[in-house]
Amino acid sequence: MSIKQLGKRLLQMIIVLIGISFLTFLLTYLAPGDPVRTMYAATGIVPSEEVMNQTREEMGLTRPFLVQYGDWLFSCLRGDFGNSYSLKKPVLTLLGSRLWPTIKLSLASMILMLLVSIPFGMLAAVHKNKWIDYLVRSFTYLGVSVPNFWVGLLLISFFCVKLKWLSVVSADTTFRNIILPAVTLAFAMSAKYTRQVRTAVLEELSQDYVTGARARGIREWKILWLNVFPNSLLPLITMLGLSIGSLLGGTAVVEVIFSYPGLGGLAVSAITSYDYPLVQGYVLWIALIYMGINLVVDISYNFVDPRMREKR
Amino acid sequence: MKNFMKKNQSFLFFCFLVLLIVLVAVFAPLLSKGQDPTEGILANALQKPSGEHWFGTDKLGRDIFARVIYGTRTSLTAALSVVVIIFVIGTFLGILAGYFGGIVDMVIMRFSDMMVSFPGMVLAIAIAGMLGASIQNAVLAISMVSWTKYARLARSLVLKIRHRDYVAAAIVTGSKTPYILTRYMLPNTLPTLVITGATDIGSMMLELAGLSFLGFGAQAPTPEWGLMLNEGRAYMSSAPWLMLFPGLAIFLVVVVFNLFGDSLRDVLDPRDE
Repeated sequence: MSIKQLGKRLLQMIIVLIGISFLTFLLTYLAPGDPVRTMYAATGIVPSEEVMNQTREEMGLTRPFLVQYGDWLFSCLRGDFGNSYSLKKPVLTLLGSRLWPTIKLSLASMILMLLVSIPFGMLAAVHKNKWIDYLVRSFTYLGVSVPNFWVGLLLISFFCVKLKWLSVVSADTTFRNIILPAVTLAFAMSAKYTRQVRTAVLEELSQDYVTGARARGIREWKILWLNVFPNSLLPLITMLGLSIGSLLGGTAVVEVIFSYPGLGGLAVSAITSYDYPLVQGYVLWIALIYMGINLVVDISYNFVDPRMREKR
Repeated sequence: MKNFMKKNQSFLFFCFLVLLIVLVAVFAPLLSKGQDPTEGILANALQKPSGEHWFGTDKLGRDIFARVIYGTRTSLTAALSVVVIIFVIGTFLGILAGYFGGIVDMVIMRFSDMMVSFPGMVLAIAIAGMLGASIQNAVLAISMVSWTKYARLARSLVLKIRHRDYVAAAIVTGSKTPYILTRYMLPNTLPTLVITGATDIGSMMLELAGLSFLGFGAQAPTPEWGLMLNEGRAYMSSAPWLMLFPGLAIFLVVVVFNLFGDSLRDVLDPRDE
């Protein structure tokens, strides 16, 4: 990617981000819940209508929509995402404290997923249309069709309730508490990726250089691991970038099941308590991280694939 | 016809299974022996599966079998609505973007970029949560984040034929634009998009069940599988059947629709492996 392309990408990212911020703000603006009422409900006070109106005035909720949006956007740019209604803390602090656990969980599930899907995907590709290929493929079919929250519940009922090996609530992010949520997340993903690895490896195996290498008598395992495998990594990297994004959002369900202290669980509770600043901050942050990761993935092509560098 | 049947046995088999699921939804009152899925007798709460209650009963004494059967209706209608909505909107916008190009293309595609640069489930949760939790809003939320795939596909398919001679000939001979769009562009995009739609039914069902599980979809006492799993969670150790059967139902139905979609691909697109 040249500097010019990079600039264009960054400009596009900014436009998209502004669009997303507008959309989220519009959503929270149109939402039927009343934040002031919820705020007081959280403290247990039942205020009069006048007090509530005054609070609305103080919070700037009576101003026109575009003024509110502009104000919010500019304070976001200054790094001030406001205070959470329900938890009474700055949104940025709250998000920051939950970010690392979610990243840790995403990475753990990704590593697990790769450990499963690369060997099985290659096995299926090498033995194409043999019984082992059919077996792997059948499992991938089942894997993509299982709801991940159900897998989570089954894992809990087996390992925590029946065997009592692990605790039901993953209150912190130690290895013992991260293992079940990570396995749950990795489950459906490994099914998807095993198929992708299989397709990518099959594609490479049909290339001329493989035939050439075989003709020269190079060992099959050498061709497979030193030539075919690195080359089939390329399409996987793009998918991994996209997956990190969907993981950041997809962890929500799993985090709720395991009471894991991550971003998704925070967002779900923020939505149920009409905590608008927190929801807005969360959505913006996730979008920013997601786009950042995809940009890094695109740039990394330059290093992984020399052909891209020449293309400039 | 006979030839087609012989060649596409697996497709016919999955058609049959899909039909079976649809029939279960249609004839739910018959299959559940007239039991109301929303009415329970408290005295019968949390009973084990038995001859009378095949899948047991929940905390309110409702028959799980009846609820699972009726749940087919909820899941099927919701998932099909999502697929129809995103199919129509995505195809329409994609064809417009591809055919007209220029500013129309730019606006539509930037908007879809916006939706894509965004983990779908996050926005769906936010939308469903903000609009208030109901199955209609869950359908709306998932549709809003999922139409872009169809728009992109339709656009790229239209671009492939946009500058063919026969299209130019149609324009020169005075064909009206709506006529060109519906007679030349639309049919060209349909096979690929129908395959995509069919394979999406299963994953849409999973997402809808996920939203309901979180409490942003179907509301009690609607018989919905995701919601039932959430309700059964608290009784994991004492009444495991509460989460076993709804989960199995989702799983089986999604497997059938996924396999159906794949076999439809084999029928419509023989080039693919």
